[in-house]
Amino acid sequence: MSVEKFVGTPKKVTTHVNQNEDLIFEKSSPGKKAYRLAELDVPAIDVSSLLGDSRRKDLGVMPELSEIEIIRHFTRLSTWNYAIDLGMYPLGSCTMKYNPRVNEAVARLEGIADAHPYQPEALSQGCLQIMKTLSECLIEITGMDAITLQPAAGAHGEFTGILLVRAYHESKGNPRKKILIPDSAHGTNPATAAVCGYQVQNLKSNAQGMVDIEELERLVDEDTAALMLTNPSTIGVFESEIHKIADILHAKGALLYMDGANMNALVGKTRPGDFGVDVMHLNLHKTFSTPHGGGGPGSGPVACKAILERFLPTPVVVVRESGTLGLEYNRPQTVGRVRMFYGNFGMFVRALAYILANGPDGLRQTTEDAVLNANYIRAKLEGTFELPYTTRTLHEVVFSDRLQAKHGVKTGDMGKRLIDYGFHAYTVSFPMIVAGAMMIEPTESESREELDLLIDALKQIAREAVENPELVKTSPHTTRLQRLDETTAARKPILRWKAPIAETPLVVDTAAKEW
Amino acid sequence: MRYLPKSPTDREEMLAEIGVGSIDDLFATIPEEYQLKRDLSIPRQHGESEIIDRFRGYAENNAAGYASFLGAGVYRHYKPVIIDSLVQRGEFLTSYTPYQPEISQGTLQAMFEFQTMICELTGMEIANASMYDGSTGAAEAIMMAVRVTGRNGAVIARTVHPEYREVIATYAQHQEIPVTEIGYASNGRVDIDALDAAITADTACVLIQSPNFFGTIEDVAAIAEVAHAKGALLIVSIAEAISLGIVRPPAEADIVSLEAQSYGVSIGYGGPYCGVIACKEKFLRQMPGRLIGETKDVNGKRGFVLTLSTREQHIRREKATSNICTNQALVALMTTIFLTVYGKEGMSELAEHNLAKAAYLKTALQQSGKVLFEGAPRFHEFVIDLPKRAEETNTSLLEAKIIGGLPLARWYPELGENASLWCATELTTRKQMDAAAAALGKV
Repeated sequence: MSVEKFVGTPKKVTTHVNQNEDLIFEKSSPGKKAYRLAELDVPAIDVSSLLGDSRRKDLGVMPELSEIEIIRHFTRLSTWNYAIDLGMYPLGSCTMKYNPRVNEAVARLEGIADAHPYQPEALSQGCLQIMKTLSECLIEITGMDAITLQPAAGAHGEFTGILLVRAYHESKGNPRKKILIPDSAHGTNPATAAVCGYQVQNLKSNAQGMVDIEELERLVDEDTAALMLTNPSTIGVFESEIHKIADILHAKGALLYMDGANMNALVGKTRPGDFGVDVMHLNLHKTFSTPHGGGGPGSGPVACKAILERFLPTPVVVVRESGTLGLEYNRPQTVGRVRMFYGNFGMFVRALAYILANGPDGLRQTTEDAVLNANYIRAKLEGTFELPYTTRTLHEVVFSDRLQAKHGVKTGDMGKRLIDYGFHAYTVSFPMIVAGAMMIEPTESESREELDLLIDALKQIAREAVENPELVKTSPHTTRLQRLDETTAARKPILRWKAPIAETPLVVDTAAKEW
Repeated sequence: MRYLPKSPTDREEMLAEIGVGSIDDLFATIPEEYQLKRDLSIPRQHGESEIIDRFRGYAENNAAGYASFLGAGVYRHYKPVIIDSLVQRGEFLTSYTPYQPEISQGTLQAMFEFQTMICELTGMEIANASMYDGSTGAAEAIMMAVRVTGRNGAVIARTVHPEYREVIATYAQHQEIPVTEIGYASNGRVDIDALDAAITADTACVLIQSPNFFGTIEDVAAIAEVAHAKGALLIVSIAEAISLGIVRPPAEADIVSLEAQSYGVSIGYGGPYCGVIACKEKFLRQMPGRLIGETKDVNGKRGFVLTLSTREQHIRREKATSNICTNQALVALMTTIFLTVYGKEGMSELAEHNLAKAAYLKTALQQSGKVLFEGAPRFHEFVIDLPKRAEETNTSLLEAKIIGGLPLARWYPELGENASLWCATELTTRKQMDAAAAALGKV
């Protein structure tokens, strides 16, 4: 039997996972299929007579592949992502903790995953019980009086919370004009205030990175609707004069809004409702372990004091006289609806599973471990990196790049270099009150061994910054792709794939041709 | 606690390294009077099997075993198995927002593919990497039109999903955007004369839904002409994305706000879903939400990055196009895989099956009631006027393990107490439809 001699380059070259994986459109071939519909059990229809001019003629470049090719394509893509399952994300303010798999299992149970939001109340009791139980747990954890689960994400929760503030003031005859926001706040805070029709007034932090009480007293007046405060702050410090802050606001009729992004520092140890907060949002995708999924979905419940309860979005879960649960829409003073249906229900299921897996003892231990981990990193790296604020911190620590910047190495460079050591970067250049910020939040999910690896890596990088700054500045070196040209991406945006024009010859990948 | 990777010795040694005597010393900055000295009053710690049992119990208290004819903005379609196989890979499930592109190319490339497919399906030039959902996406699209035109009003069809309109009202109120609603003609389509009369020199945009809430496909080209003649933008909201497999895309629109739940995302009692905004390229700078762009790395290899973030809140703060931060990346990935599985031919074939099922259901139910809004094409939903109150009828149908169509009186009192909205998808079987028709006949 003769073997046919191979001539030329085959049309499609098998590429190893460390090579570029083509876009799905480039891998497509007409006539391939990855589906087969069930046999149609009703008479076929004449599409043209039903749709007339509304009929679609063509689906353009939509791909055509077989199932194995699709599995390989997305599996290969997945291998280019860093993930919690691969290692630590020391991302300050993001609370990248372990995402338990039982959460995924229960969210996919038949009867839950396929429940229709309009199915009759009597046939939705399980879903309503999930919402009610989670609501009760979150109210207890925050020390508040009432809650809505409707907001789809943290920023959406902020929006909802500030709408409650606005409705409260309106009910007193004047919506007021401005929202106070510390300079250390997340960008979503001022953006939210603006979307809700408020002016933003900046509140400078004091030398300890905390709220300047005197400045606050000076700024709060009858036009102040609320202060949006992150506690612990974005430098990880608990505002120990929190009640005084609340008193100053309340004396002028203003409210205290708490951004709950850093709630992982507080659960089971203290409750915002007890220290004067009127309204706050939670991030289920941070504190309560629902997966980030590469950027979403999130979920941002808003908890509030009794004075704001009547303004909550509709519907709210209520207990009917018969003892069954129901959805109540008739709430004359509601701020309205902020999302269709009841929110990101699938995230409620996961968050409740997380709370059940922990119980009160587990949640407290979780918070303690998160704070222990952050303080361990702080103790081990103080001196290697400058610590601009020496106040005692809780779940995260913010260093600066001042010592390394002298050698031309900035926080962003060291963040990139950390990738070569097998970690995701920490949060770079935030909060803005710290020049060259390096913000580290380990969460409770890291073992001591993993923390030690991170600490060693950062010490080594600090040494490299002195001895071989170029190595750091050109990092990462071990990734499939190195630094990407973000300037050109923004200047000449290419936001979709287009089929190459027929005259253009295909670019030949010489590296792949070698075999 | 099984999620915590520390031994008691680890904890002791770490405290010693920090130089404190006890864990409580680390919480000393919390004033004594606010420290919680008791256990939280929440359910006790559960074993994994107990958690699963508990949620199985919840599931049993729902509607398992019923045949449902509900649609109304959220649709039951078959979800190919490989979607879950792929999205449950930890590299996708447990990764963060792709701010570090060198180690996020998986998510970034998949989102670039998502943006491309959405453009192709909607007939628009650019698409973002997803929004929370269709309702908030529609509200954001209106705010975007206000920024683009410098005008301030919105004209919205009453045949846009009622809950979308409620969300829009919440957003518009505080942006001080006046909203005018316009009604529908006898064929269920937007009343074009009323629309024409409602658009003024202050109208930034017209928002319609197609297929609309009654299942009727709008004449997008005609509506675009009316809107554009007066300088207003046209936003088309699409709640049933499967329709795009067989219905002409709204290419005449300026902005399309799509809810992509139908592309392989579980109904899940209302979310999470996947909104997305697509539009003409000239509106790029006013687009809210994350965008993925193609670029090259220092060695000239193709790669993808989050781009044009100067529109976003983390850079622009109060001057941002929106306060939106997260998107629905994992859900957008599900839809991308779904669209790849069905592809160019499958999307069309799947949509055709939906049309066929709905046509059969309509014929079967016509024996018991009158189908409203004849005279315009529709996709897989229709309104039927039943002989008795829709709520009562539905209660009777439950005995036959059937969840009937959605009673409409709550939002459309002018249709009376007897009107309800029915839906059939490719998953609705002939047997279920025959059973529903038979049960309706007995009500």
